[in-house]
Formats: sequence, C-alpha cells, structure tokens
Amino acid sequence: MNTQSKIILSLNKNIIIQAIKDSFKKLNPKTQLKNPVMFLVFVGAILTSVIFLKNSFNGQFSGFNMQIALWLWFTVLFANFAEAVSEGRGKAQAESLRKSKTNTKARKLVNSKEEIVYATELKVNDLVVCETGDIIPGDGEVVEGISSVDESAITGESAPVIRESGGDRSAVTGGTKVISDRIVIKITSEQGNTFLDRMIALVEGAKRQKTPNEIALTILLSGLSIVFLLAVVTLKPFAIYSEIASGFKGNSPVTITILIALLVCLIPTTIGGLLSAIGISGMDRLVKRNILAKSGKAVEAAGDIDVLLLDKTGTITLGNRQVTAFLPLKHISVVKLAEAAQLSSLADETPEGRSIVVLAKETYGLRGINITEKDAKFIPFSAQTKMSGVDLRANGDGAERRIRKGAADAIKNYIESLGEEYPTEISQIVNEVAQQGSTPLVVAENGKVLGVIHLKDIVKGGIKERFEQLRKMGIKTIMITGDNPLTAVSIAAEAGVDDYISEAKPEDKLKRIREEQAKGHLIAMIGDGTNDAPALAQADVGVAMNTGTQAAREAGNMVDLDSNPTKLIEVVEIGKQLLMTRGALTTFSIANDIAKYFAIIPAIFASLYAVGGAKGPLSVLNLMGLVTPESAILSAVIFNALIIIALIPLALKGVAYRPMGAAAVLKRNLWIYGFGGLIVPFIGIKLIDIMINFLRFV
Amino acid sequence: MTILEIIQVILFIAVLIALTPPLGKFMAKVFNGEKNIMKPVFGGLENLIYKLSGIKAEEEMKWTTYTWSLLLFNLIGFIVVWLLQAFQHSLPINPQGLPNVTPALGFNTAVSFMTNTNWQSYAGETTLSYFVQMLGLTVQNFVSAATGIAVVVALTRGIIRKTANSIGNFWVDLVRSTLYILIPLSILLAVILVSQGVVQTYSSYANTTTLEGHSQVIPLGPAASQIAIKQLGTNGGGFFNANSAFPYENPTPFTNFLEMLSILLIPAALTYTYGKMVGSTKQGWAIFGAMMFLFIIALSVSLFAEYSHNATFNTSGLMEGKETRFGITNSVIWSTATTSASNGSVNAMHDSLSPLAGMVAMLNMMLGEIIFGGVGAGLYGLLIFVILTVFIAGLMVGRTPEYLGKKIQAFEVKMAMVAVLAPAFIILVFSAISSVIQQGLTSLNNAGPHGLSEILYDFSSAAGNNGSAFAGLNANTDFYNILMGIGMLVGRFGVIIPVLAIAGSMVKKKTSPYSAGIFQTDTVLFIGLLTAIILIVGALTFFPALSLGPVVEHLLMNAGRLF
Amino acid sequence: MKKNFLIALRVFLVLTIITGIIYPLVITLFANVIYPGKSKGSMIYKDNKIIGSELIGQKFTSPEYFWGRPSAIDNNPMPSGGSNLGPTSRKLKNEVQARIDMIKKYHENIPIQQIPKDLLFASASGVDPDISPEAAYFQIDRIAKARKMNMQQKKELYRLLSEYTRRPQYELFGMPRVNVFLLNLVINNIK
Repeated sequence: MNTQSKIILSLNKNIIIQAIKDSFKKLNPKTQLKNPVMFLVFVGAILTSVIFLKNSFNGQFSGFNMQIALWLWFTVLFANFAEAVSEGRGKAQAESLRKSKTNTKARKLVNSKEEIVYATELKVNDLVVCETGDIIPGDGEVVEGISSVDESAITGESAPVIRESGGDRSAVTGGTKVISDRIVIKITSEQGNTFLDRMIALVEGAKRQKTPNEIALTILLSGLSIVFLLAVVTLKPFAIYSEIASGFKGNSPVTITILIALLVCLIPTTIGGLLSAIGISGMDRLVKRNILAKSGKAVEAAGDIDVLLLDKTGTITLGNRQVTAFLPLKHISVVKLAEAAQLSSLADETPEGRSIVVLAKETYGLRGINITEKDAKFIPFSAQTKMSGVDLRANGDGAERRIRKGAADAIKNYIESLGEEYPTEISQIVNEVAQQGSTPLVVAENGKVLGVIHLKDIVKGGIKERFEQLRKMGIKTIMITGDNPLTAVSIAAEAGVDDYISEAKPEDKLKRIREEQAKGHLIAMIGDGTNDAPALAQADVGVAMNTGTQAAREAGNMVDLDSNPTKLIEVVEIGKQLLMTRGALTTFSIANDIAKYFAIIPAIFASLYAVGGAKGPLSVLNLMGLVTPESAILSAVIFNALIIIALIPLALKGVAYRPMGAAAVLKRNLWIYGFGGLIVPFIGIKLIDIMINFLRFV
Repeated sequence: MTILEIIQVILFIAVLIALTPPLGKFMAKVFNGEKNIMKPVFGGLENLIYKLSGIKAEEEMKWTTYTWSLLLFNLIGFIVVWLLQAFQHSLPINPQGLPNVTPALGFNTAVSFMTNTNWQSYAGETTLSYFVQMLGLTVQNFVSAATGIAVVVALTRGIIRKTANSIGNFWVDLVRSTLYILIPLSILLAVILVSQGVVQTYSSYANTTTLEGHSQVIPLGPAASQIAIKQLGTNGGGFFNANSAFPYENPTPFTNFLEMLSILLIPAALTYTYGKMVGSTKQGWAIFGAMMFLFIIALSVSLFAEYSHNATFNTSGLMEGKETRFGITNSVIWSTATTSASNGSVNAMHDSLSPLAGMVAMLNMMLGEIIFGGVGAGLYGLLIFVILTVFIAGLMVGRTPEYLGKKIQAFEVKMAMVAVLAPAFIILVFSAISSVIQQGLTSLNNAGPHGLSEILYDFSSAAGNNGSAFAGLNANTDFYNILMGIGMLVGRFGVIIPVLAIAGSMVKKKTSPYSAGIFQTDTVLFIGLLTAIILIVGALTFFPALSLGPVVEHLLMNAGRLF
Repeated sequence: MKKNFLIALRVFLVLTIITGIIYPLVITLFANVIYPGKSKGSMIYKDNKIIGSELIGQKFTSPEYFWGRPSAIDNNPMPSGGSNLGPTSRKLKNEVQARIDMIKKYHENIPIQQIPKDLLFASASGVDPDISPEAAYFQIDRIAKARKMNMQQKKELYRLLSEYTRRPQYELFGMPRVNVFLLNLVINNIK
C-alpha cells in the first residue's frame, strides 16, 4: 500500500465528518478574508450565485450558470476541507493531551500549608506538592524531593522517568503523573502557556500564526491574483472593442459569470487552498516524531539550518563504550590482566563493565569465579577517586587481592600514594589507545600495574552515511565532546563529521554558535543541561531534551520528548520538506494556468470574427478539442476544484524528501511539479470535458 | 533570408557578446571609484562638478535619502523641460520660429524624456527648436540614462554589502555614469555618425526644388550629438519624426549597425559589470544568458513572422514602412532590439510590421523591458524577476530562498510584486479604457484588431518607458498626452522606488555563506528557470489582451480579411 | 532635504552646461571642420543652388525618371514618416492597388507578381533615397521608351545603372541598393 492511501485511511471517519462540518463553518467571511486568494473565489461564488438566482427569478434559468456557481462553492469548500482535515488530525492528537489537563486539581503550598485549588488558578512561582498518583498540574521545576514520573501522556513512552531537585533532571511537564514518592514543584509557566497548551494550539491550528515564508508566499500569491484580476477585468472592454470591430451582434458571450470562472481558474487556488493545510501538517509531522515546536517559525528555520552542533555521546557514538582489547605490560600475561579486569568489573553493571566481563569470558574462557559478598568487597566508582575495583579476602585459594581500575592519572596517584612505582611503559600504551580515539583504563593489583583495558567508543552504524547525506544537502556537522583532542579527532574521522570541539565546556558551545552565526550560518543544536541554556537560546534552532532542565526547555525553541539527540537531523528534514511542499505546489498551480487559458479563451471567443456559420479564427487555440464553449469553461472550473481535493494527501504528507544537493532536488521537483503542472491539466480538462458531454451536463 | 542576412544577424550578436566584457569591466571600475582609462581625462572635471554642486563624494546615503535625491533631481529636470517648451518661441536658436508648445504636449514630452521613455507625441521637425532639443532633450537623454544606471548600481550594492546601511551616493553615481560612460561613448559614436552623413548643424531648413520641380523642405539640425546619446542611453527619441528611419539620422547600413549595437551595448555590458561587482562574473553571464536567450527567441519569431506569407498581398516580406538600405532583416533586428531594450528608436514603422512581429515587439515591452532593457532599468527589472524566480524555486529546494546569500523575504517579495504590477496595471487598465471610449478610439489609424494592437502597443511603450510606437495612433491629443504621461511616470518610478526599497532592505541583511544546499543562480538550469518564469508571468498577464489584438489579427490576415 | 534640493539644482545646472551646451557644440565644431558637407546635409548643388540632398529621396512621377519608393508623406519631410498602416488594412490594400494600376499603365504585360515589392510599399521615412536594384532594372525599359533612347543610349543607361548600384556596405552591412536621385541626375546627361 502506498503512503498516500495510508494517509487517507489513517484519517478516521470522525475526523472526516468533523472536517466536512467545519468546511461549512469556515464559510464565514471573516475566516475567508485571512486567505486572500480563496477570498476572491468566495466573492466570485457569491456573485455568480446572485446572478444565477436573479436570472432564474426573471425566468432565464441557466443550467450552465448554476453549475459554475456550484463548482465555485465547491472550490471554496474543498479548500476549507483541506484546512479542516489537517486541523482535525492535529486535534485528534491534542485531544488525548487535553484529557489529562482538564479538571486537574493542585495541592498548592501556602505558608507551608496545603490548599486545594484548580490547576488553572496556578500562577508562576507557586509551589505545589505532588505525591504518588497525582497529576502534575503545570510545567515546573522540582525544588524538593525525588520521584518517578509517568510521562507517557505526552511522550508515549511507558517507562517512568526520574525527576529530582537540583541537577539536570528537574523539569516536569504538566499533565504527567507522579508514580512514586513526593516532590515539591515550583510552577514555571503561566496556565494556558504550558508546553501542552502550546502544543495543542499548534497542532490544532487555532492560534497558528503565519510563518515568515508563508507570509512572503501569501504576498506573492496575492500579487499574482491581482495580476489575473487585471487581466480578466480588462478583458471585458477588449471584448467590447473586438465585438464592435468584428460586427458581432447579439448577446456577448463574455458574461460576468464566465469572467469570474476565468478568474477563479487563473488565480493560484491550488496552493492558496492548501497553504494552511501544508503548514499545519508540517507541525503535525513534528509532533508525530515526538517533537514539540514552540512556533511554526522554528520549524521553518530548521529547513535553513546549515550547521549542526551534535553531542558526541548518544548522537554519534552509542552512549556506552565497549572493551575491545586487554593490553598487558610486557612481563604480565594477558590472561592475568583479563582475569583481574573481570574480577574488578563483576559488580559493575554499566555497559562498559559488563562488556569487560563478557570479553574476558569469551576470549579467555574465564568463567568468573563465583564471588560472594563474604569474600569480596566491591569498591564502586566515585567522583573523588575516579576508580572502581574489588578487594578479595585471603582464603584457601590465594592471598589477599586488591584490584583497581580507572583513568590513568587516577591509578597513577593511587599507586604513588602506596609508595609503588608507576611504570613508564604503561604511559606509552595509554597514549596509543587514546590516539585511536579510545579510552584507556589502567588496571592495578596490589599496587602493581598490570596493563590497560582498551575501551572503545562505538560509532553508531550508518551515522557516517547520514553525515555524508547532510554534507550533500549543504549541512555541516560539528561534534562536541568532552574527550581530549586525540580521542576527539579520531572519532571525528571515523564518524565523518566536518569539525569537532574537544574538551568542550558549555561556554565553548555558545562561543562556537556565535562564531558560526557571524559568518552567516544558521545553527541547530540539541542540549539538556542548565548550562546548555544560553547556547540553546542563541542557536537558531535549539532543541531541548525533555529529560533536561526547565531552563533548557525554556531556552530552546523545540523540545524533543524522546530525548533522542539524533532527532535534530529529522527536524531539519521536516523543515525542508515543509518549504519544498509549498514551493512545489506553487509551481504546480502557476503551471496549470497555461492549459486553463487554452481551454477558456478560445471558448469565450469561439464566434468572434467568425464568417457565416464557421468557427471564429481563435478556435485554433482550442488545442484540447473541447466540445462546446460551455463544456470547455465548465471543465476548467471543475478541474480547478477537483485538483485541490486530489492534492490534499500530498499537502498532508509533504512532497517526497530526499537528501540531495539543491540542484538535484530542484531538477527533480521541477520535472514533477513544473512540467507535470503544465501537462496534467491538459489531460484532466480534456477528460472532464468528455465526461460532462457524455453525461450531458451542458 | 539570404546568407548575407544570416551573417548580419550572427555578426550583430557576436559583436555584442564580444564588447560586453571590456565595457563591463570598465564600468565596474567606474562605479567602484577605481582607476580607469577615462580618469585622467575626466577626473578633474568630476571633482570640479562636486565642488560646484556642493557634493561630498564620500558621503554615503541610506536608501531613503538616495531615493529622495533621485526624485528631486528628476523633478527639476521635468519642470525645466516643460518650461523650455512653454516658452520656446521667446528662446534663442529657433531658426524656424517654432511656436510655444501646448501644456498637455509639453507635460507629455517632459515626462517622456525625464523617464528615459522618449515617447514622442510631437514631431521633431515641426514642433521643437534646436535650443529645446539641446538644452531640454539632450540633457535629459544623458541624465535619465545615468539615473537608471545609478539605480542598478545602488541595488547591486544592496546585494553585496553585508549588514550595512547605505547604498552609495546618488550624486556620485549620477555624475560618474554621465561623465565616464555616457559622454565618451556618445562622442565616439557621434563622430562616426557624422562621418557617414548624419547632420550636425545649426543652419535653418533647406528649401529646395526637386529635379522634377516639386518643392521640398529638408529639415536639418544638430542631430548627431543627440542621436548618439539617444541610442546609447536607451532613450530613443529621434531628432526627426521618422526617427532612425530618416536618412539624416541613419544614413547608411553601417550607421544602422552601430546604432543598433548601441541600443544594447550598455545594458548588455552592465550584466558583466554586475558580475564583477558581486564578485562572480558567472552570475553576470547567467543574467546575460537569460537576456540573450529571450532576445534570440524574440528575434527568431519576428524574423519568421516577417518572412511569412501575407495572404492579403500574396507576398512575403512586406516592405511597407521599411527602408531599402536596411531591408527586412535589419529592420527586424532593430525592432527586436529597440523593444527588448527600452530604447524605442525605430528604423522601420512598427505599425506596419506583420501581426506576430508586432506582438513580439509588444511583448518585449510588456515583459517589463528586461531583455537587456533600458540602461540600468533592464538589469534592475530583470533582478526583480530573479528575486521572484529565486523565491519560487528556492522554496522547492527546501530553504528560505536566498539570492547571493541574501534572504528573500516578505518585504522583497512585496516590493518585487509592486514593481511587476505597476506597469502591468497601466498597460491593461489604460488600454482597456482607451479601447471603449470615444477619446481613445478617434485617434486610431487602423481598424479591426490592429486598432486594439495600436492601443496596447502604445501603452506598453509608455509603461515600459520604451517610447516606440504603433505610430498610426494619433497620440497628440490631451487624452493620450495625459494618460501616456501618467503611464510613463508609473512605469518608471513605480519600479525604481520598490527597487531602491529592496536595495535598502537587502543591504541590512547578513550574507549566508555558500553551501551545497543553496539554490545556485549561475547555472544553465537557473537561466532556463528564469526565462520560463519571465515568459509565463508575461504570457499569463497579457495572453487575453494579445489574443484579441495581434493573435487574432494574424489569423485573420492568413484568411485574407481586411479592415 | 533643503540641502539636497540645492545640490540637485546645482548638479542639474552643471550637467546641463556639460551635456546640453558643451557636448553638442564640440561635436558641431568637429563636424563642420572635418565633414563640412556631410554635417550640413550632403547637399547637391547646381549653379550654387541646392537642388536636393543625396540622402533625401525626391518625388519622381514622370516616366522618364526612375521612380523611388512610394511615400506616405509625398516625399515632403515636414514631418517625415510612414503610412503606419497595418497588414490587414483595407486602406493599404487600396493604396497598393492604386500603385499597381499606376505601374500597369506603363508596364501593361507584366504580371502583378513580377512588380518589385519596394515599388508598391511605402518607405518608413517617406524620403527613402534608395530602391532595390531589381526595382531599378524593372524600370529601364519604361525610361528608355519615354526618353526615346536608341540602343547606344540604352546601353549607356544600363551602364550607369550598374555603376550606381551599390553593393552591401563594406560587403557586410545592409542591402544592395540604388540611389534614385543621383541616378536620375546622371541619366539626364545621356546624349
């Protein structure tokens, strides 16, 4: 099944029924006035209807005028429908969100006493208490306590997340549910302005503001409409001149109804009718990927991004490193090193630790002695010592063993504090490992260094190709890492990024962003910590992770609910797709006009300058061989209306996006929408003409 | 067409292409204030002019100041030309004793020369004295051309400067264009023209008796100096009524070639200047390419139409309104060149062209005079279309559209649409009015669809600041003089003001660096796209009107119908 | 604003002097010194009286002279111009018919198709000095007959015509042509 039909199927009946109802509601002139192109059609529909009714009243019923008027109304309704459908889809998504919002009560802390109030009454800086089972009443920051929170209502992710005061996991979102413990939250956003509110507003399209490019495009379309208005209005006097010059007698075929029909066919109704649907569904696509944008402007800006600032960990490399080799000192056997490393990692549940145990087992057949708490004391990693390890008591099998593993300088300090010598040979190995972009961990036993564990950063599969594509699209990638320069350069090379910042501090990000912006680049970055906030605010597109701090979320202009750094690339793609869809449909719309001229102009002037009963000379322009003037005009009007409906799926889905350079994309889209736009109406109008003549509509 | 005629077409295009880079390079130096070969000759004079006029050359202007200066200067020019005509009889160098010009005609002529249109409701020989032609018209020929060049230079600065505020100094641009470019080229051309037989004298008209004994008055005058600048400055206003068909304006095939070349010379070279100034001659060639492509299409259609069979006269290649020394081919090259550029001089009577050749000439003007176009005006007009093309196509590559690193946003699109709409409004609305009211219709020389063509052509000429005419239409009535005058004003300043506004808005913007994601504007694809947008916008706007004028006339002509 | 107005006024004055006075005067001076004849209209004198200009076509209607291009202004350039009639003009059709009839008077047996077209259609300036060589040769028999020329004289007529037929200028520009006024001047001298 192709994607188009999937989209149609994914629109459930309710949305469609609602959209049909809304199409009529949107006939309100105030609503129509927002879209100048469709407003012209709206006025045309009214005028043709009035003319039809007036003539009918005077006993001059005209089936042709009636059909024109009807199809003009359809044109307006179809455009309304497109907008209503896209809004409906957004609404459906918002609805579930809204449910969690309504009727929430909050336990507000006033002078250390709890008061029950409605969530809607909360103000910024109010403190509220939430305990197990409570819905968090608004966006805020945990100021006291720790708890697990179910955020599935907004992220769809069922696993609960930890939220605690201080640190980088302090932000909570209104509408999510506390499932353990008790926290005190400081409300940080006004009711009605929470993320949830904004998201609902954006996907529903209710408060949607036009984005900069959309405004520019609307101006272009309005300008074109004025051009066509001039062309059509002045056609009447030119026709009068010509009719006199040709000695034409009788009723002029150039009636107001026909001129309005011509105008509606020429003005860019296709793009005009679908413009807001394209915008809303662009937003919708973001939400589907669990990204909340604070404004449509941000989405559009994403398409312009040409520099991506990416954190190494999680984006470029898998979050965890893995051991790839044990590198013993010369006089130490590799098995001894592996065994010591394995022992020290038995209690280490981190992926690194587990990978050590697994590698030792698989490569050297070390089973891992069953050690109990009685025999061993595990030393967990601490920030002070930067080491972890194990102390084994002496027993029947052997002497006491004190094994430590950690960063080179930490082990060096440790050994020297024991009065032992730190061999120079080990430093060499450590450097070699670091140069390969890996992390060396030194292992020591009873004060003697055994060797080095080679922990490697694993670059994500396919990421290099992804960056290659981005490069083709003209987007530069910059990797940010806390690693030393040696490690950074090697990972940068392996991943294929264009540049990197090593030993990066948060300020470095901000600095780099400013530098790139000064050169005229537009930068996107993703971040989570409070100290990322300035950079997120400075970046043109700042995506904050949902797990991050409230400060980060406020600073960015998008929030990734999945907290997945790779999303940044998708954000850019969605932005580009949005702009492409608008451009493609504009081109299509304008290209359509040529066929419409060839349908209507010869029809209007079929008998001008005609001699006897013969056809007039301008009939040669009837390239499509449309049967009668009436059927020709009606066919063009019907085509013009139907094409809106036909293109709704495209507007909702967006034009096919491919990561290619600008020239290739342009060529492709020009063929499909430019050339296609030229040809399709010739075929379409001809087919409709055959059909309506077959059905004897005229 | 004979082989020689085909060679003449190719030669014309080849010489035009060959002259574009050297002249373009020279002009870039002039506008950047760099050393150039004319500096030793005119450098002192330039400084003297600044001193006499109180101009501070290094003072830069914001777009608003630039625009006001331009408008003021043009206003003064307009008033002076109007007054000179109003008091012509009392002024010197009027050997024929020509009377004062009526206010409506004076208004029309003053507007016409100020706006670089050189629409001539008057007939040179019988209306204007040598004094008015020199001090009024020749001066405007220079400064209106220089005004056009100044505008495009200001726009170019708007595009290339990064986050700046000013777009240059109007007075400096005006003086430099006049002094370094227009005067030297005019002197060169005028001298060659005189050597071929173009008149340059202050004596009164010659009264003669012909060989057969008829009496004949032969008009004379200081024509060469005015003709040189009217060709080079895309002015087009002839010294004599028949313009460059008149032997004293264009005596030999060689002067014809030079005058034809002069029409397109500066507009073509300005594309190279533009490329130089924006730092990529490829960008300039792309624009040149689009212009040349359109020119060749126009020329081919016109030639085909002129050489096609005419059923009424059972002949092909109608010589009506054409001169023997030029023949059909050179008449058609000229008619295409003069309407492509907003020159408006003629060496054949356009009213008598075949319907389709007439339509091409009309369409060249309707497209906005951007196929080379007026000096400066053609390039800034084309850049308007570049902006529209970049906007539509740029969206299709998925970025906010950019041109040379500058974002094209709502304001630019709005101004570009104003610049496209202003002339289109004049052409369609004024033609529509004239085609149904008595004041409009009584002036017609031809009946049937050709009459409508006359009206359409003449308002296209006014709005495009072209100045050529389907001259059968008697435009010297109060109705046409005033309507045409308004048309020329709107067609000129309705484009210049938005263009300068765009310059002012673009100059403030950041320039984004080049990347593979950016839509390139120096490729063949872009040239194709640009021409397509120009043709489609033009065709869509004017197709209905044209179908009732030249199109139906062509079909009727083939059927042998007469009106 | 006021400052700019004053500047505008002063620049205008200075440029008027340069382009409106100095420039044309310099060109005139140059022209009158180097090309005194051409700059004053390429006049042809007879007995110190101007009898016409080499560049301005004259009206010829009598059968003894070569006829030039038809003129919409009767070869009287005050002002100059063409007919401005379009290709579907009935008036043009009638005018052409009148010219055909006129020619037919002297060239009875010539089919219309063989009449050179430049003798039927009016020029752009109304004073086109030239006709095509075909149009000139077409008229030779008529002139010879009207002037009652003998074989020798007619041969001389042919010779003069061929002498006065100009090839494209510099073999490259324009069309071959014959200057009617100059040719008519010399055929009067045929003895």
